[in-house]
Amino acid sequence: MLHFPPWKKILISAVCVFGFLYALPNLFGEQAFEGLPEWAPGKQINLGLDLQGGSHLLLEVEVDAVIREQLEAMVDALRVTLRTARVRYTGLGIEGNGAVFRLRDPARNEDIRRQIAELNPDAEILLSADGVFRMQLSEEAIRDRQSSAVAQSIEIVRRRIDETGTREPTIQRQGQDRILVQLPGVKDPERVKRLLGKTAKLTFHLINATQPTGDASTKVPPGIMLLPSDDPTELAQNRRYLVRKRVELSGDTLIDAQATFQNNRPVVSFRFNSIGARKFGDITAQNVGRLLAIVLDGKVISAPNIREPIPGGSGIITGQFTTQEVQDLALLLRAGALPAPLNILEERTVGPGLGQDSIDSGRIASIIGIVLVTIFMVVVYGRFGIMADFALILNLVLIVAVLSLLQATLTLPGIAGIVLTIGMAVDANVLIFERIREEVNNGRTPISAIDAGYRRAIITIVDSNLTTLIAAVLLFAFGSGPIKGFAITLAIGIVTSMFTAVMVTRMILVTWLRITRPQALPI
Amino acid sequence: MKTLRLVPNNTKIDFVNKRMITFVISALLVVASSGLFLGKGLNLGIDFLGGILIEVRTNGPADIGGLRTQLNGLGLGEVALQEFGSVNDVLIRVQRQEGGDGAQQGAIDIVKDALGSTIAEYRRTEFVGPTVGAELKRAATWAVLAAIGAILLYIWLRFEWQFGVGAVIALSHDVITTIGLFSLLALEFNLATVAAVLTIAGYSINDTVVIYDRVRENLRRYKKMSLIDLFNQSINETLSRTIMTSLTTLLALFALYIFGGAVIRGFAVALIWGVLIGTYSSVALAVPVLLYLRPDRGVAADEDENPTAEQEVP
Repeated sequence: MLHFPPWKKILISAVCVFGFLYALPNLFGEQAFEGLPEWAPGKQINLGLDLQGGSHLLLEVEVDAVIREQLEAMVDALRVTLRTARVRYTGLGIEGNGAVFRLRDPARNEDIRRQIAELNPDAEILLSADGVFRMQLSEEAIRDRQSSAVAQSIEIVRRRIDETGTREPTIQRQGQDRILVQLPGVKDPERVKRLLGKTAKLTFHLINATQPTGDASTKVPPGIMLLPSDDPTELAQNRRYLVRKRVELSGDTLIDAQATFQNNRPVVSFRFNSIGARKFGDITAQNVGRLLAIVLDGKVISAPNIREPIPGGSGIITGQFTTQEVQDLALLLRAGALPAPLNILEERTVGPGLGQDSIDSGRIASIIGIVLVTIFMVVVYGRFGIMADFALILNLVLIVAVLSLLQATLTLPGIAGIVLTIGMAVDANVLIFERIREEVNNGRTPISAIDAGYRRAIITIVDSNLTTLIAAVLLFAFGSGPIKGFAITLAIGIVTSMFTAVMVTRMILVTWLRITRPQALPI
Repeated sequence: MKTLRLVPNNTKIDFVNKRMITFVISALLVVASSGLFLGKGLNLGIDFLGGILIEVRTNGPADIGGLRTQLNGLGLGEVALQEFGSVNDVLIRVQRQEGGDGAQQGAIDIVKDALGSTIAEYRRTEFVGPTVGAELKRAATWAVLAAIGAILLYIWLRFEWQFGVGAVIALSHDVITTIGLFSLLALEFNLATVAAVLTIAGYSINDTVVIYDRVRENLRRYKKMSLIDLFNQSINETLSRTIMTSLTTLLALFALYIFGGAVIRGFAVALIWGVLIGTYSSVALAVPVLLYLRPDRGVAADEDENPTAEQEVP
């Protein structure tokens, strides 16, 4: 028993020293450790959003809308092709994941099949026995399209969030069609949600020349659609614009947009790229005197009169805007449009006040928990209790060190996990000490009692800790966010407590035995 | 230095022969808990139901009655308010809105607009849509089932099957009565509670395993002793440890309950209950039921040393 190999002492001491080193930055701040390599100590524990404050948003990309849009485009293209070919057709529309129609004159089926095959190389064309054409997107094409819509959305979300000046956001894909956004320390989560909730699809359309406006019941000629106004007073009057479906120009040709003022009213000024500028110049030159609708997400923001050709490739958007709205609109236009609308599935926002309160109360609860447990251990086990207490404190240092080293996230339930570990970590020592007491009562000598105590208790310690570890691992696997944080600290606490309570106390005990050689154990 | 003995040496409390009393108590607890669960149900939080939770700090003590009238007039269905931790803090729960995930966000805006300037600080805003709520429910159920299954598998591998069955009975008892407590006190049952239940399962098994280890050791050591005496002796030998560990854990948990803040309080309540019931069930259920399961007494016999102690632990 008294033999404790030197290599083991060195190993245990080394682990303790490294533990202290890696835990240190949490006391002194990261600045003190700057310039050291990646693996060296110098990292603080990563605080979860519930402790440092911030927003967690789970978004869903409406991928079906992307496919729907593509099918609508397919129908439009088919209509144009069929008209140009001067064939008569019936039943053109969307069905499932394809577009269907039937020709009045089946004799032209083959000719038309050849022509529409050029429209979309990814689409399959089927012709049923009763003469129904079906042009459909393959499963693979749909998956690809959806997948790229999600990837594109992530890019746009990132740009929009970067523009708000949030530091260190996390934006990652989750599952098929979801995006997880984490915004530490975000000041105005409502604004971020508002920004993410807009598709920001900007298009320019000409307005019907003969009848520019009407109401919801107005009959529209082919190629024209009825759009509501973005202006609430006009909307209240049930006014609708008759807008040509044809998109003259879209927002993707913008290279810049800024919030500014014109005649003391907040407006957005924008600039096109060279292609956009040329198109814009042509459109304005050819349509002087007509109304040009600026449409954002299906609503007419404004419909100015084209007074003269605008060749410079820049313009302004006026409307019923507040300063904040103008800033947001400019930001959205700069960042670009989302390929599909986003839905917020889950939100967890914690204000900085509550986060700091949680850290403070967690710290107080941990300290009081430690003080109570350490006093109790000394009262019950005397000198042995002091050794267990030393192991307990070391255990906490190691938990902090491992959390810093792994850059695992500490959450509020995580702090609860640490407090629980404080209570349970001494269990191993309790098991050992109780066993030693028993062996002493059975008449063993001090050395023999300690030896038997450790040997017999270790089996129980491993058994009982492994069951808790199993629960922790499963919590980690199935849990989300904060619960994962609880599972991490619980699991780390179990492993480190087995090290400190078994190895470290044993080393101290052996050293103490060797020095004092007691006749009876003070336990 | 004088040390304190919480439990005197060589206690000889006859736990096993009082088993009928504890069996009846436990049966009543389980029946009552099941009744409460089926009849009254759980106060499910927004994690599982979907809905909105907003924690606000008001300027000065909150007029909860006034806020309640105001918010319930918004046409968002039931809005529940409660003081949360201090007189300035109010927890607002808005039930899940009709319609899909999109319909929910509007409700947050409506509530925030209505609260306006009476609010000093929005401390917390949580929103869970119906889709995610259903997923969380499923994941939580799986987590509990998988954890219990894995723990049992471990017990079954390490001990004989009789011990596995005994552990299941004690564990199920603890989980069921914890759920009963939550139903009785109408405490919010959320994701953190599920974590607490799993931790209780881990703790309860941990406690049971320690006593079972001693039972197994004694089964190998004392071949002639009656099972009742052997179980009693095993419980008494480990009694000091059982009480010590429960006390240290409870000390830490009470610190968490009192000082850990309002957000974590429900979690601490569940764990405190779990430690109490887990300790009780290990002593009063897990061991006495072994009497009816008749564990094997093993073949290797050594009056003095238990076989496991032969393994050299460096």
